[in-house]
Amino acid sequence: MSCCGNSPGYEELDEVSRLVSAKLAAFLRTLRDNAFTVGLQEGRDAAALMAAGFADRPGLLRSAFKHLFSARKSEWERFDGIFDAFWLGKRVKSRSITMGSSKAANNPSLKSLQNNLPEATGSDAGTDQIPSGDDTPRDRAGEGRMEGASRADNIAEIDFRKLADPDQIAEAHATAARLAKVMRTRLTRRDLARRRGYRVDLRRTIHGNISHGGIPIHLVKRQRKQKPLRLVMLLDASGSMSMYTGVFLRFIHGVLDEFRQAEAFLFHTRLAYVSDAMKEKDAGRALDRLSIMAQGAGGGTKIGESLQTFNRWHAPRVLHSRSCVIIVSDGYETGDAALLGREMAALGRRCRRIVWLNPMMAWEGYAPEAAGIKAALPHIDLYAPANTLKSLTELEPYLARL
Amino acid sequence: MKDREQIAQRLAASGYIADGELATAISLMQLLKRPLLLEGEAGVGKTEVAKALANVHATELIRLQCYEGLDQSAALYEWNYQRQLLSIQAHHGEQADAIEDQIFSEKYLLERPLLAAIRRPKSPVLLIDEIDRADDEFEAFLLELLSDFQVSIPELGTISAVTIPHVILTSNGTRELSDALRRRCLYHYVDYPDADREARIIMARIGAAGASLSLQIARMVESIRKEELRKVPGVAETLDWAAALVGLGVSDLHDTPEVVHETLMCLLKTHEDRSRVTREVTQRLLGKVA
Repeated sequence: MSCCGNSPGYEELDEVSRLVSAKLAAFLRTLRDNAFTVGLQEGRDAAALMAAGFADRPGLLRSAFKHLFSARKSEWERFDGIFDAFWLGKRVKSRSITMGSSKAANNPSLKSLQNNLPEATGSDAGTDQIPSGDDTPRDRAGEGRMEGASRADNIAEIDFRKLADPDQIAEAHATAARLAKVMRTRLTRRDLARRRGYRVDLRRTIHGNISHGGIPIHLVKRQRKQKPLRLVMLLDASGSMSMYTGVFLRFIHGVLDEFRQAEAFLFHTRLAYVSDAMKEKDAGRALDRLSIMAQGAGGGTKIGESLQTFNRWHAPRVLHSRSCVIIVSDGYETGDAALLGREMAALGRRCRRIVWLNPMMAWEGYAPEAAGIKAALPHIDLYAPANTLKSLTELEPYLARL
Repeated sequence: MKDREQIAQRLAASGYIADGELATAISLMQLLKRPLLLEGEAGVGKTEVAKALANVHATELIRLQCYEGLDQSAALYEWNYQRQLLSIQAHHGEQADAIEDQIFSEKYLLERPLLAAIRRPKSPVLLIDEIDRADDEFEAFLLELLSDFQVSIPELGTISAVTIPHVILTSNGTRELSDALRRRCLYHYVDYPDADREARIIMARIGAAGASLSLQIARMVESIRKEELRKVPGVAETLDWAAALVGLGVSDLHDTPEVVHETLMCLLKTHEDRSRVTREVTQRLLGKVA
């Protein structure tokens, strides 16, 4: 800082620089609250930039900070608003609302995220959506439930109570385990030295044959390395899905058991991270813990908002380019269907495949009429029914090919 | 500060018409010694930035094109196996250690782009193109290289950078990049240029295009981009089209609507888009171009 001044006294300078760095630190915090990834190194670089004279004009400083702090297009577009609001004191449209949710961000434990965030996001989307949209979809969901009950024999195979029968639990687990095993490995283009490979590894061959004067007697070969796939499951636990939630919870439990890389989330009107609870060895106890977490389940479904929460807070950690996301839901969205479409597109960019399992799909005369599923369909790689153990098994070959 | 204006001037002199913020980004690259990550639609001129930057610094451009399965031997270095084999045969009977020392020396090392970039006496521009096509593992490896700028070769030891290259990464967003890599880089989003800037680009690249024609072409392309197309034409396509029109001797788009419609093939690259932009649509779009 000392290099840029018009030689003020030492005391004075110290005071000024302290003020400036406090302000800069506050700005970094604001950015973090807005889901920017900003580390210590960025803070140091920002100070260096201000010292280098970029602070002379606000426009220049904004442009410089924008390049430094943003890391993706969404951040790039939001940055100017945040900068103006913070440094120039302009009130900018919805930015202030996002910043208002800083309570949750300051205290980043997952539990508080679950509790606070959906409320914060709910408040801005809620004004025009909830009152009108709430009644009709819930009615439809109710219809679905009744229809399901009347077809009890049709889906008897997976009835929750029936599954309490040890044989069928065992079968469900076996299916999940088999599914898990074939999906665990997949072909990649990376090679690994192998004795029985398909390609000669020239480098290692020469190195290994120096003792023979360079005549390649022992060949070293390469073969493709098998690589585990990461599986992320999002389970709809709303009222309209209540018939199926139990079965799928057991399925997810099996998957988490078998996979080294699997995560599970539960959503209804909010999103909850349930991997830890599901990793409980004993299925019964895991379900108990879950039922506590899933309280509030059975109401409407805000798939879009739940996905938004997922994309914003969990996706960077949980997803990589070789992940498969499995969403289990009937697609009855009580929130904003357009938001769901947008979030599905964002999710699609982050992962390799999106599989949407819809238990209702196998019902006679079912058509994807619900607004939610219509918005989501273009972004889905596989849309399949999953109302019986058989249909879960049929999923296996597809997932093995991923 | 002076850097920034100088860079803007030199970019313009080398034929790259940059938006104001890009000059800032490039001066930051130098100041903070960080790589620059460019994102944007295909065809907005991301790769051109690297070429222009090489021009600005009057230095070499080293390009690494990424693809799935790209590995160390294609990106960093490889031993020249054939020469090593020959050498072993030629020195048959000598001490094994001596042969080994010989065949694992600089002479038998093949430089690949990344190694080449850190061993130049003058900092080159290193363009890592379409990083989103490479694997996660490669990304992690690149991250390490970009922070240390040194490479260790087991047979030869550690090679430290002679100079730190100016690194530019580009991404089309086919795959989400890791947050670690994004954090390490400065970020710049390259958007389609506005009509005014695009006209200047046309004039800079195609000398024969006059100011009024260039502006007409740029406005026309701008309104075509607003149509619902499957593949939105990029700047490269605009330049193709401008070259075609100039080559056919067009000096005003309004005089020759037929030629304009016929040559739209330079911009519209799918059957669907081609059939969507009918003669009527062309007429309507032309009408908007003053």
